[in-house]
Amino acid sequence: SDSKYLDPMLKKRDDFEDILEERRNSSDLRYALRCYIPVLYKELTPCKASELKSMVLQSDQLRYVINQVCKETGMAADEVQAEAAAILEEMAHRLQLSTIRFFAFTLSKVFKTLFRSICVNEEGIQRLQQAIHEHPVVLLPSHRSYMDFLLMSYILYTYDLALPVIAAGMDFMAMKFVGEMLRMSGAFFIRRSFGGDKLYWAVFSEYVKTMLKNGFAPVEFFLEGTRSRTCKSLTPKLGLLNIVMDPFLKGEVFDVSLVPVSISYERILEEALYARELLGVPKPKESTSGLFKARKVLSEDYGSIHVYFGQPVSVRSLAQNRVDRCQFNLIPRHIPRKPGEDIHSFVNDSAYRLVRAQEENMVLKPWVLLASLLLQNHHQMQVAEQKQEMALDELTEQAVWLRDLSRQYGAFLHWPDHVSPSEAVSSSLSLHRGLVRISEGRVQLAFEQGEPCSTVTPEEELLNQAVIILSCASYRNQALHIFLRPALLASAIHTASSSNKQEVYNSFSFLRNMFSNEFILCPGATVQDFEEACYLLVKTGALQINQQEFVVTERGHRTLGFLTRMLDPFLQGYQVVCRFLCEDATEGLTEKQFVPAVRKFIIRHILTGRLRYTEVLSSDLQKNSLAALLRLGAVQKLKGYVGVCHPCTSVCFDWLRQKQAS
Amino acid sequence: MASNSSGGGSSDRQRIARQRLSRIAGHLQRPADGSSAIVAAECKAHGSQADVPGEEKTVPRRRQEIMKWNGWGYSDSRFFFNKKGQAEFTGRRYRLSGLIIPGLKDWFESTFGASLQHKTPATPILNSSAVQPPTLNEAFVEELKSTGIPLSHDAEDRVFRAHGHCLHEIFALREGKFGRVPDMVVWPNCHNDVVKIVELACKHNVCLIPYGGGTSVSSALECPPEETRSIVSLDTSQMNRILWIDEKNLTAHVEAGIVGQDLERLLNESGYCTGHEPDSMEFSSLGGWVATRASGMKKNVYGNIEDLVVHVKMVTPQGVIEKSCQGPRMSTGPDVHHFIMGSEGTLGVVTEVTMKIRPMPEYQKYGSVVFPNFEQGVACLREVARQRCAPASIRLMDNEQFKFGHALKPQVSSIFTSFLDGLKKFYITKFKGFDPNRLCVATLLFEGDREKVLQHEKQVYDIAAKFGGLAAGEDNGQRGYMLTFVIAYLRDLGMDYYVIGESFETSVPWDRVLDICRNVKARIIRECKDKGVQFSPLSTCRVTQTYDAGACVYFYFAFNYRGLSDPVHVYEQVEHAAREEILANGGSLSHHHGVGKLRKEWMRDTISKVGMGMLKSVKDYVDPNNIFGNRNLL
Repeated sequence: SDSKYLDPMLKKRDDFEDILEERRNSSDLRYALRCYIPVLYKELTPCKASELKSMVLQSDQLRYVINQVCKETGMAADEVQAEAAAILEEMAHRLQLSTIRFFAFTLSKVFKTLFRSICVNEEGIQRLQQAIHEHPVVLLPSHRSYMDFLLMSYILYTYDLALPVIAAGMDFMAMKFVGEMLRMSGAFFIRRSFGGDKLYWAVFSEYVKTMLKNGFAPVEFFLEGTRSRTCKSLTPKLGLLNIVMDPFLKGEVFDVSLVPVSISYERILEEALYARELLGVPKPKESTSGLFKARKVLSEDYGSIHVYFGQPVSVRSLAQNRVDRCQFNLIPRHIPRKPGEDIHSFVNDSAYRLVRAQEENMVLKPWVLLASLLLQNHHQMQVAEQKQEMALDELTEQAVWLRDLSRQYGAFLHWPDHVSPSEAVSSSLSLHRGLVRISEGRVQLAFEQGEPCSTVTPEEELLNQAVIILSCASYRNQALHIFLRPALLASAIHTASSSNKQEVYNSFSFLRNMFSNEFILCPGATVQDFEEACYLLVKTGALQINQQEFVVTERGHRTLGFLTRMLDPFLQGYQVVCRFLCEDATEGLTEKQFVPAVRKFIIRHILTGRLRYTEVLSSDLQKNSLAALLRLGAVQKLKGYVGVCHPCTSVCFDWLRQKQAS
Repeated sequence: MASNSSGGGSSDRQRIARQRLSRIAGHLQRPADGSSAIVAAECKAHGSQADVPGEEKTVPRRRQEIMKWNGWGYSDSRFFFNKKGQAEFTGRRYRLSGLIIPGLKDWFESTFGASLQHKTPATPILNSSAVQPPTLNEAFVEELKSTGIPLSHDAEDRVFRAHGHCLHEIFALREGKFGRVPDMVVWPNCHNDVVKIVELACKHNVCLIPYGGGTSVSSALECPPEETRSIVSLDTSQMNRILWIDEKNLTAHVEAGIVGQDLERLLNESGYCTGHEPDSMEFSSLGGWVATRASGMKKNVYGNIEDLVVHVKMVTPQGVIEKSCQGPRMSTGPDVHHFIMGSEGTLGVVTEVTMKIRPMPEYQKYGSVVFPNFEQGVACLREVARQRCAPASIRLMDNEQFKFGHALKPQVSSIFTSFLDGLKKFYITKFKGFDPNRLCVATLLFEGDREKVLQHEKQVYDIAAKFGGLAAGEDNGQRGYMLTFVIAYLRDLGMDYYVIGESFETSVPWDRVLDICRNVKARIIRECKDKGVQFSPLSTCRVTQTYDAGACVYFYFAFNYRGLSDPVHVYEQVEHAAREEILANGGSLSHHHGVGKLRKEWMRDTISKVGMGMLKSVKDYVDPNNIFGNRNLL
């Protein structure tokens, strides 16, 4: 097979430029007020935000749906029309340059205090500029922080690029003042769920399409739908992607450029917040006052941000030989239709490709590797019932080993090469001093321990520890996509009944299938992923393939050990969910009750020492395993109740049990 | 410059007839030694003389006497760059003939990045020895000879009938390359001759390929390379009489080999016209129109070929098919005419057609409208179609074509005219604020009685005004139509300087017109880039016909192929991609060019598997041994 295609090391990436550097050396005010002349779409007919609204309200699409709604509900046409106008009013952005200038000024101040640098690949910016000129553009940033979309607009303003309009969740609107500010900086607001509301959907999709088709502004949204609390990429949501691809599929534009943007934070502002949320401490409702309370974050060092604008992806080339556009020839294009099976799978595949593209260009800091190693060590020591700490030298040695391995796997690793490894390690650790503690040359996770405080229950103590573990895990997770395929192979080799290639493949395929709600695994790419994993392990000398037999080499044991341990928490999580469903789930368990119930089950097991992985307390893991079991048919949903469906579950469970035994 | 007329007298009519002819194609002189070219052998099968004496025939048996063997049209008419580097058009047939076109060089060089220094001249002489010797079916030849029907296996005659005017066909000829050519040419003089030829072909298993005007752009005339039988080209050009005119019913019965300009000229002499004017009408034949479902520029008044045909006679291997009466409409099952129309020579030879005729229009007037942009222009055409008030012809050119048309303005003789032109330009671009790089122009042709034409004109201009259109004079309009006839000659000029190109068409619903225009043009540009074309191509379009439910769109595409090793292949790949784009945007496979062999691959998707089966079963019944073996369509 073509090694160029398989070898991620050969990926070329651009260099970065720190945009804060100039901010530190020149006036923010002048920067905020400077002349801003963006390159625009070549076929743009300039129009005001208000004209845009009337274009939407007068569109054939909307008029058709309004008519339909009238017929169905018996409401008067102007009543429905007024409702549509109100929806649009609630939704629409009011992008104005003055607000952007305000943000340019204030964010400059904020960013300079919070971050050491904001690094942007300028070649990506140039590509984006070209793309904006040529075709309507959709910006698809990864979503790890509230900061993301302001940061995006800030960067585009800095580089004189057209300011985007951004699809934002309605929850922002609760913060009155901030909501309006965001609206004026280009955000438009969508209700979180509007399932059957035809009119809402029509207004929404027409609004987005109108902006896109006319090249009014780049349309920005988050493929993952929401901020990833785990820092793993989330399974992409297809709604908006469907909408932005539609104008191309229906021939209304020649092409649409999709630009994946990878935003990597060295330290995430919401770090502990996310961990608490995953553990069931509810997310505080967004409120303006809450935001001000967050002021204490301003005094901390959050390292640097890397923003990588990826290669624009042409929807036209994605659809080439994939979609038969003639299918839209026989029904007027303004009549809404549910996308057919082929369109759905096309959009789905594209979405995965784009999320993969985001992942590939995520910059990894040494800390990500350290977090992986520390977590593995913590767990190994825990199992061995030893002190869960590690010598700094040993950590450095392992980190260097892992650095080299991850580079061979194509990681976009920013390891400071001008300093010694031990310096690199200790400076990384010091940035995350809330998560690790160093004393006498030994490192351990920063648990509050040894204080016999009667007010803290064992359960509370466990949850406090879990906050640290899940925070660390969120950094480890950033590297998961690098190791995922080899790790699946390593686990497959570990569990397969023989080392025969076909056996291993079957086992790989099972694991991959099971974890496809957990990780970004492109649908239908099992063989490709398997080959890539084989290629990487063979290339790095960890594995040999002799006559369809896999042989792990001497030095390969270390690699495979590391890789299997990488997946362990996930396997444990799925297993515990299976066990819960088999042993503990009562009749009539609703989906809503599932997470609290399984959490209770896990806490009980951990406290009684029957379970060791604190990480499985993550509700994300629990929900994903339930989704996987539902998808695999091991569990069934009946009228909203979750029920175990034998014998699939038992097969699944047996397998997981075997795995544990081995 | 409208042809004006106050009355409707017959002398007036003839005057108008003369004017029209000179406008459309120019008077064609009979070849100097026409006697040898035209065999006035009367068809013995006909009991009576033809009603209308057809003395002046345009097309001789030996076409090479007046036409180019490796390019478009008459040998005496061609563009070239003179020593001063100015473009000139030779001959005396067209309005542009003998004139200098000062703007063409700059347009040509700047549009294509071409240079007069870089020439790619064609092989000057047809080298007969490079033509494959004919494979003759001796028994067939013997029997045919005994009928007295003229025939030839001369290499030149055969090469002339082995191609249409697709780019790859002409390109190969210019390089002196000949593929499979017919082994023999026959020239039937009448229906009964055709009956005999077809009978003999069936008897001796010979492959027949009907040939009319040779203007096909669908590879329809290409001999299938896999054909092992002797291939006989059946040239209908000598079946060119108007057999009768029925003034009571306004019909004319015409032999199918007549070419468009002769048909109109001869009918005009009696004060009538068919009004069917495809762009190729100088050379294309009535039978060809029927066989490809042709469309005429003035279909808004007269209809397309399917609206004009009242009765058709076709000779097939199973015998002659024709209807028993000339009723204007029938409910007798599926219309068998529709098996004939569009059959592209796969079922038989159309020999005679009864066509509707109309009294010649009293008054004609050209016109043009400038729109600020193409979008507005299309919106105007759509409104005109909605109100069903389209003039005889209405065409909308995009900005590139507008500029192209501009570059083809002949040298103006007076300072006054050039001053006026300058003034007009100033008015439109400066005073009215039209962007010269966005504006586009619609050309109009009105026909009818004077008062109605003027009324109609006002209606159309009023609509245009609602879409920002400004009347831009008759002259611009007329030049637009003139261009239609010379554009094919221009391709030959381009090919002398590394520039190749072609046009293709489609029909599309109204709501898709803008999208298809934009997307196909953009696709062409992108494909050229992807395929390594070094220069940016000319990619332009026009809307040439309006219908109730949609429009006909024409694309023109040309590029400079310097630096490419296989330019024709690149060209074909781009055209293929453009057609895919057309289909993906809701356009049809063809509006009037037909399918031939060039577009066969899309037929199944176009008419469905069942549709294909229906057509195949007709073919299987009518021509089980594939005597009409040009392999078009299916």
